[in-house]
Amino acid sequence: MTSATVSETPEGQWAVADLPPPLAPPAIVLERVTKRFSGDGSRPAVLEDVSLTVAEGEFVCLLGASGCGKSTLLSLVAGLDKPTSGTVETPAGGTALMFQEAALFPWLTAGQNIELALKLRGVDRRDRREETDRLLATVHLSGQHGSRVHELSGGMRQRVALARALAQQARILLMDEPFAALDAITRDVLHEELIRVWEETGLAVVFVTHNVREAVRLGQRVELMSSRPGRFVRRWQVEIDGPRRIESAGVSELSKEITDDLRREIRRHAVLPAAVTAGSRS
Amino acid sequence: MSSIELSDDVASLEAGLDALDKPVTLREPLAARLRRSVLPPVVAVAFLVAVWLVVVALHLKPTYVIPTPADVWASLGQYWSEGAVQEAVWNSLRRAFVGFAVAAVVGTALGLLMSQFRFVRTAIGPLVSGLQSLPSVAWVPAAIIWFGLSDGAIYMVVLLGAVPSIANGLLSGVSQVPPLYLRVGRVLGARGFTAIRYVVLPAAMPGYLGGLRQGWAFAWRSLMAAELITFSPALGTSLGQLLQIGRELSDMSLVMAAILLILVVGVGIELLVFSPIERRMLRARGLNVGPT
Repeated sequence: MTSATVSETPEGQWAVADLPPPLAPPAIVLERVTKRFSGDGSRPAVLEDVSLTVAEGEFVCLLGASGCGKSTLLSLVAGLDKPTSGTVETPAGGTALMFQEAALFPWLTAGQNIELALKLRGVDRRDRREETDRLLATVHLSGQHGSRVHELSGGMRQRVALARALAQQARILLMDEPFAALDAITRDVLHEELIRVWEETGLAVVFVTHNVREAVRLGQRVELMSSRPGRFVRRWQVEIDGPRRIESAGVSELSKEITDDLRREIRRHAVLPAAVTAGSRS
Repeated sequence: MSSIELSDDVASLEAGLDALDKPVTLREPLAARLRRSVLPPVVAVAFLVAVWLVVVALHLKPTYVIPTPADVWASLGQYWSEGAVQEAVWNSLRRAFVGFAVAAVVGTALGLLMSQFRFVRTAIGPLVSGLQSLPSVAWVPAAIIWFGLSDGAIYMVVLLGAVPSIANGLLSGVSQVPPLYLRVGRVLGARGFTAIRYVVLPAAMPGYLGGLRQGWAFAWRSLMAAELITFSPALGTSLGQLLQIGRELSDMSLVMAAILLILVVGVGIELLVFSPIERRMLRARGLNVGPT
């Protein structure tokens, strides 16, 4: 089970809580979810006995090293995959999902990509254009309706992808390392953009990353996961006053603590030279 | 409000980054493009004609075996004035278009079935690939026995020539669709036929168009073989038939004129129809257009 530890809150900058405060009704409820890809149990489960609740309008960051099953967890929430056991509850209306790659369709223009999302949602043809322009304006890309995907920079593509995700009008936005492939400057700007959009829309966001600072910069809550099998090992409620930046002192301080925990998790997987030789001898 | 200021700040930041990061695409001026793409083939054709003239000048063979370009031109002019060339080109083109259109429908349906159902793919995949390498002229005797000396026989040969290429092109196009696109499609709510219509088919378009292009070449080739052998006055003049008449009259000028016509029509459709479509599609997707 989740073993959240209570620690002091130095200068009231952050708090580590046992349970998330009951903010709002839950948007996502994962109950004792296990996912394994080998049917016979020969390989360890990707996710084992994982429970998670995300409240409406909450911004949760899932943090972990490779193999912690973060992406698998998002696939389960998005309904792209089914858990081996346990239950996944999401509200009607589905979930929006963004990937590391913008994954815009290259045969459509930026605007048409958004219009397709509207069309698949059943929006009337007459309203699509107007709605698309509004969404493009939301991500500060007015006037790029006719741009081809390859004519946009990586950051612009992710913003179109964000607009496309918003076009789904789902109450939940799942993000799978969406800024990992971007340069640091662009990523920094997109953090700001994402927070602004989140505040405006009140979406519940589940943001998967392996970047500790990014998690602390963005999340109201950070959930640390262990690898092989994936489990939640610790959670932090991030309470930093005022506008947060990647270089804020509060972000740095909490990042350091989380990084220490993350490293401890990773070290558990170390195969020591002694163990290797012992294994090969037997 | 500070939040508005902040948001404006992001907007201007983003506008600056966008201006810096946006990839620059240069387009070659038209004159340079023409010089690069039109000049080489013109030089090559001129060179071939020159070689031809040299061979004729050497008197290796009498001119009724190797006619001069002028002879071939004259022969073309003569049959043109009789209206035979126009009728032949029209008849052959009409058959090629009808045959290709039917082949496109059948090949697309077959390719889609193969791409969506593993059983169908495993069952008939090898057969379709095998048919693709079978010269369709091999079907001509069977076609004549089944349909007689008729358009039906010709269409059967054209279909068997073109359908496998189109089906296989679509199949390979679909198999190369990045799985991420399918996941995005599902997240956006595209399932079943909607997913095929809005995600799979557009994503598979490069491979599909390649298959159509090859299908056209096979259709044209098969048509010539069929017209050459399915010889009947009832079928009207066609390019294949011009060849056959030339052979019977031992009129080498006519034979060469017919070969040139077949070549010009085949290359013409390729250059005027398929190349521009393919170039436009690839350019729109930011893919390498390659040599043209």
